[in-house]
Amino acid sequence: MAQRILMKGNEAIAEAAIRAGCRHYFGYPITPQTEIAAYMAKKMPKIGGVFLQAESEIASINMVYGAAAAGVRVMTSSSSPGISLKAEGLSYIAGSDIPALVVNVQRGGPGLGGIQPSQSDYFQATKGGGHGDYRMIVLAPASVQEMASLTIKGFDLADKYLMTSMILADGTIGQMMEPITFEDAEPKTYEKPWALTGTECKRGHNVVNSLYLKPDELEKKNFERFEKYKHIEENEAMWEEYMMEDAEVCVVAFGIASRVAKNAVAAARAEGIKVGLIRPITLWPFPNKAFAKVLDKVRAFVSVELSMGQMIEDIRLATECKKPVMLCNRAGGMIPGPDEVLAAIKKAEKGEF
Amino acid sequence: MKTTQILIAGFGGQGILFSGKFIAYKGLIEELQVSWLPSYGPEMRGGTANCNVILSDTPVGSPIITEPDVLIAMNTPSLLKYVDSVAKGGQIYVDSSLIDAKVERDDVEVFYIPATQMAKEEGIATLANMIIVGHLLENHPELSFDGAKEVVDSLVPPKKEALKELNMKALSLGKNYKK
Amino acid sequence: MAVVFEKPKSLADIPFHYCPGCPHGIIHRLVAEVMDELGIEGRAIDVAPVGCAVMAYDYFTCDMIEAAHGRAPAVATGIKRSRPDNIVFTYQGDGDLASIGMAETVHSAARNENITVIFVNNAIYGMTGGQMAPTSLPGQVTQTSPYGRDVNHCGWPIRVSEMLATLEGPEYIARVAVNNVKNVRAAKKAIKRAFENQIAGKGFSLVEVVSACPTNWGMTPKAALEWIESDMLPYYPIGVYKDRSGEEK
Repeated sequence: MAQRILMKGNEAIAEAAIRAGCRHYFGYPITPQTEIAAYMAKKMPKIGGVFLQAESEIASINMVYGAAAAGVRVMTSSSSPGISLKAEGLSYIAGSDIPALVVNVQRGGPGLGGIQPSQSDYFQATKGGGHGDYRMIVLAPASVQEMASLTIKGFDLADKYLMTSMILADGTIGQMMEPITFEDAEPKTYEKPWALTGTECKRGHNVVNSLYLKPDELEKKNFERFEKYKHIEENEAMWEEYMMEDAEVCVVAFGIASRVAKNAVAAARAEGIKVGLIRPITLWPFPNKAFAKVLDKVRAFVSVELSMGQMIEDIRLATECKKPVMLCNRAGGMIPGPDEVLAAIKKAEKGEF
Repeated sequence: MKTTQILIAGFGGQGILFSGKFIAYKGLIEELQVSWLPSYGPEMRGGTANCNVILSDTPVGSPIITEPDVLIAMNTPSLLKYVDSVAKGGQIYVDSSLIDAKVERDDVEVFYIPATQMAKEEGIATLANMIIVGHLLENHPELSFDGAKEVVDSLVPPKKEALKELNMKALSLGKNYKK
Repeated sequence: MAVVFEKPKSLADIPFHYCPGCPHGIIHRLVAEVMDELGIEGRAIDVAPVGCAVMAYDYFTCDMIEAAHGRAPAVATGIKRSRPDNIVFTYQGDGDLASIGMAETVHSAARNENITVIFVNNAIYGMTGGQMAPTSLPGQVTQTSPYGRDVNHCGWPIRVSEMLATLEGPEYIARVAVNNVKNVRAAKKAIKRAFENQIAGKGFSLVEVVSACPTNWGMTPKAALEWIESDMLPYYPIGVYKDRSGEEK
């Protein structure tokens, strides 16, 4: 078995990216994700890779756009305010159908907000953020191990579907250390016949572009892209179920909130309450199937979020509003304790909303 | 299931995060499940710093400690802030050369260790934290003192070779400390 | 029959969409001739801007990418750092390069990014229909400076070449014009030099091409070329502003 080592979540992302064959990183410093850039700055020159600190978030995402178009595995990372700046590039990458990995180690907002952990960029990540009709695959790690495994998965999905994978983490998971193991596996590679490599005067020119001045062509492109998204929704949703077999109350939480929620579920179980947890691992595609499966048995859902309630809307959609969904939240960088979640579980069990 | 939640708090510069790392690594080589979570942000530049370490024989849930089993307080504000949060039957380690206050609870075990003073006398002024950790190892058989050197060796960067021995010295001082 | 004039290989056989009298066609051709002469069409990658040249990807036969407004030098950086053996160039207008993309321009120059930048300065936003540009002259009437550019209100036009030449980073900064045959020939030389520099690995080379926009200037093509001479060039003098290798000679 591979050796267990202790690593910060942010460093795990960087190491995993390198193991996934990523040799190009463009970024700009912002707390609480700067360890990713620092790790890349140290490692990339030694393995023939490129680390470049850009002049801005905007420049860095556009460098990613260029490198992705050139056919290499490339990533950038930032935290909430920086992701807003990158939104332009995210839209162009989506509109050009090229693969990239973008990490958001979230902090409290809006505006400059704070630097403590948050999940308040859920809407931005899952519903857009940039302009136009587009989706990103949004992966929500809940451990340092998953920071690594979902980074590798994110690169593969991006290459497979020619779109952006976003790692939606938060300051806690980014800063914490946990044991982690890396399996020795060769990175997957994908053919990229569309990449800008120079024609060598042997083929027609490749054009990476999101501009379609004829509306019928642009419409066609959008419909095609959404066929792809539909396929992803049907095939790529990931989630974890915890104590759901006989659950009558279902807690829903992702990332760091799910760790707190697990403690609360265990405590509630100790008191004889039939409660379980659904932890979405992909936020888009949202794991609707997980909810359809339990909709008959579960009396109430509790959405635990580090935001003013964003994922709760997707839970209501996934449950078609057939069961009550209660919000248990903290915001601005605050994190609920297991006791707060436990209290919410008890309320939900008693039907007190 | 046995889980130990350790909260270490003090000023930036007292090696709060380092001592937490030491405990986490020690847990790792004892094949426990561990998590280490630092406070981050402006407080790291000289204000208060704290660090959450959880050791468990089952996977760690939340890495955020709300009810520590062990509190290491390296300054008065930290002791005052966290003293009431310590679980019943828990332990509090107080650097009594920096903290005059006494713990007025009878449901916890308190260790007053003049760690900063001891460290100064031994010429290792910056290693008061490790004196306290040494004493904690002595009190926690699941961690034990064995293998401490291996951990120190992996944590202290090669450029600071001399610090390895000094860390071991601090740990021993704490281990052998008697009231 | 002897061929005396033909389309460069690096240009596709597609009619330009540019307005009558617009020098973009000339500048495209100069770039294409240079690519042909240097034999780099097969390894060139062009980054198109947002502006009148937005559809440059239809005209050049090399690999192409369309950048967001002003971001071409950042996109080019990403490509060049991924494929150092390819020849990467941007083709940008004044709004793109000197307004919204000024940060990307300055920093890619400061990094001496080994790319070639063709900067077309016609002192106006063409594609959006004639608004004031960062290079519009004092007093110049545009859609958004209908009473003439008031420098006390909206500042002075930026001399990009002079400004970039103050940086330690860039290899080659030159300003040329395309208002007469002599200047067009000189412009081609400068463009060729900018590509040769990249081939030789020397770094950031920018050629500012003072151009015209008869449509949005509200002039005949001939009057527009004359206005370059009478009004543009006094403010934007032709010349080589930085030439690191040249200085070493």
